[in-house]
Amino acid sequence: MSNTNTDFLLAIEDLTVSFDGFKAVDSFNLYIDKGELRVIIGPNGAGKTTVLDMICGKTKSTQGSIKFKNKELTKLREHKIVRAGVGRKFQTPSIYENLTVFENLEISYPWGRTVIGSLMFKRDQKVLDSIHKVAEQIYLIDDLDKQAEFLSHGQKQWLEIGMLLVQKPELILLDEPVAGMSVKEREATAALLNEIVRDRAVIIIEHDMDFVAQIAKKVTVLHMGKIIAEGTMDQVQNNEKVKEVYLGH
Amino acid sequence: MKSQSTPTLTPNEGFLDKLLSGRSSFLSYSLLALILVVILPLTLSEFRLNMCGKYLCYSFCCIGLVLCWGHAGILSLGQGLYFGLGGYSMAMFLKLEASDLESTKIQTTPGIPDFMDWNQLTELPWFWQPYHSFTLTLLLIIILPILLATLLSFFYFKGRVTGVVFAILTQSMVACAWYFIVGNQGFFGGINGMTDLKTLNGWDIREPSSQKILYFITVACLFGCLFFSKWILNSRLGRVLSAQRDKEERVRFSGYDLTAFRVFIFAVAGVLASIGGALFTLQVGFMSPNLIGVVPSIDLIIYTAVGGRLCIVGAVYGSLLVNTARTLFSEAYPTLWVFIYGALFIIIVLALPKGIAGIWSDHLRVRVRSLLKLDKKDKPEKLTT
Ligand SMILES: Nc1ncnc2c1ncn2[C@@H]1O[C@H](COP(=O)(O)OP(=O)(O)OP(=O)(O)O)[C@@H](O)[C@H]1O
Ligand SMILES: [Mg+2]
Repeated sequence: MSNTNTDFLLAIEDLTVSFDGFKAVDSFNLYIDKGELRVIIGPNGAGKTTVLDMICGKTKSTQGSIKFKNKELTKLREHKIVRAGVGRKFQTPSIYENLTVFENLEISYPWGRTVIGSLMFKRDQKVLDSIHKVAEQIYLIDDLDKQAEFLSHGQKQWLEIGMLLVQKPELILLDEPVAGMSVKEREATAALLNEIVRDRAVIIIEHDMDFVAQIAKKVTVLHMGKIIAEGTMDQVQNNEKVKEVYLGH
Repeated sequence: MKSQSTPTLTPNEGFLDKLLSGRSSFLSYSLLALILVVILPLTLSEFRLNMCGKYLCYSFCCIGLVLCWGHAGILSLGQGLYFGLGGYSMAMFLKLEASDLESTKIQTTPGIPDFMDWNQLTELPWFWQPYHSFTLTLLLIIILPILLATLLSFFYFKGRVTGVVFAILTQSMVACAWYFIVGNQGFFGGINGMTDLKTLNGWDIREPSSQKILYFITVACLFGCLFFSKWILNSRLGRVLSAQRDKEERVRFSGYDLTAFRVFIFAVAGVLASIGGALFTLQVGFMSPNLIGVVPSIDLIIYTAVGGRLCIVGAVYGSLLVNTARTLFSEAYPTLWVFIYGALFIIIVLALPKGIAGIWSDHLRVRVRSLLKLDKKDKPEKLTT
């Protein structure tokens, strides 16, 4: 485990996890700058989700270090990592179906996350303002009182992104945010992501190449737990190894 | 539809608004108060009213189960343990008062409870000492369940033991408690329980007039507990609890440490059960291990399911109705009751997962409202009353 401090927002070094001897992620290195938007692509089962799982503490790594603002994350429990400033969106939209859009966003509000704090929580003007601001961003301002289960699939994805925004994280991890979206919704999402990234770093996992081309500046390609290419979309698309992996797939 | 009247957009809801949010919620509390405070006392005989008071004690446990099972998703098959904690605490206080030197002078050691004397104890055990004081007894009725629930759940919740495994653990805990009491006859009166409880600070609790007062005290405590529970459910904590029931990971990755939340609601359920147990002892005049064992604990689940496991008011109706039915049927057709009880449970599980409260919220409310023209095409309201 390295003790060197870096200027990177996130520095992952030599990250490895093995499930019963199978290395789902193998000696993985990744450096993310403040305000960077990074896309991770790769065929099914490449280990993309597993990387995010390890950053946010859902899966414990076997070896390696994850430093966020020079703070080691591998030993922290999930809620501590969140409070340090990392937000995570899951592959399948994970929202509270029985609650309204407003309540969904409110639960993520980064205040009153203890037992006493949540009992005493007041819905004051500051809370309302920040929730309205996020609702506007995620195109759900008119649906605040709608029960979340009645949202369309795309809107659910936005809502989950909104729940992260309310937390005001410095790093957002998005697992396939446009899966199941219509073309129009994809465009709106691309606009949303480009806006989000102005204040924070974002790591996105995505399969859809057209969408990736719309948003990505830098792409990392993962295959069988290892990085096989890294660079701009053009560079990556012309990389022989990448072509092989995607064509052979 | 960006209306200003919608509840989510009003800042700073007042305490009372929160407590009685919505007209239907206010109505359901008024109706319950009307039944318990006016109708039942006026129509029932003293004997029957006392029985209702007894059933109401179970509903304290059921309210706790609504919070912890219905809303937080933590099924406890061992609430009898906490019912017993309160019940035995009260019984120990009353037993000490009944065992004064004068009335126990024929014993080998006068001044200690009779069952201790029969078991050759010559001294009051140290843990009985606090029960000389009524104030301490009341405190212990609240504090003991908090301590025990925390101790028995903290490590499990921290290790993320939930669901069926936790339910079975709670069940085995209540079984342990039963064996513990039965095995320690000298300390707790064994299988016979604690009997011959007579007075509370000199006030004879066996008198019909006292029984009536105790009934009203029970109703008052019940409403206190209902309001307290409603306050919890309407707070952010209530929403976090039901959110973690359905999407545990999502809540955790919103920065919550769920261990504390789960321990908290489990302890609240324990305290409610304990209060119910204490009131039970007062109204029945004895406490025994068979009132708190495995079977009574499962009965509590059934009352809760019948009432509707998401509705705290429903929990009260559930325990009243099932117990009344049990009493009436077992007086008339003792053998038939078991089958009816089983059938009832199957019907609830298969056809009415939200219990009696579900009949109201899913089927009747819309009709009643449109009849009364109360409805202003609002969204389907959630069942958190
Ligand atoms: N908890 C686990 N136990 C065992 N194997 C696992 C576990 N989690 C992931 N894996 C395996 O690790 C590999 C990588 O999985 P991962 O979900 O990270 O892939 P992915 O790149 O996200 O794929 P997709 O594009 O399908 O989402 C897969 O082969 C998967 O079966
Ligand atoms: Mg994946």
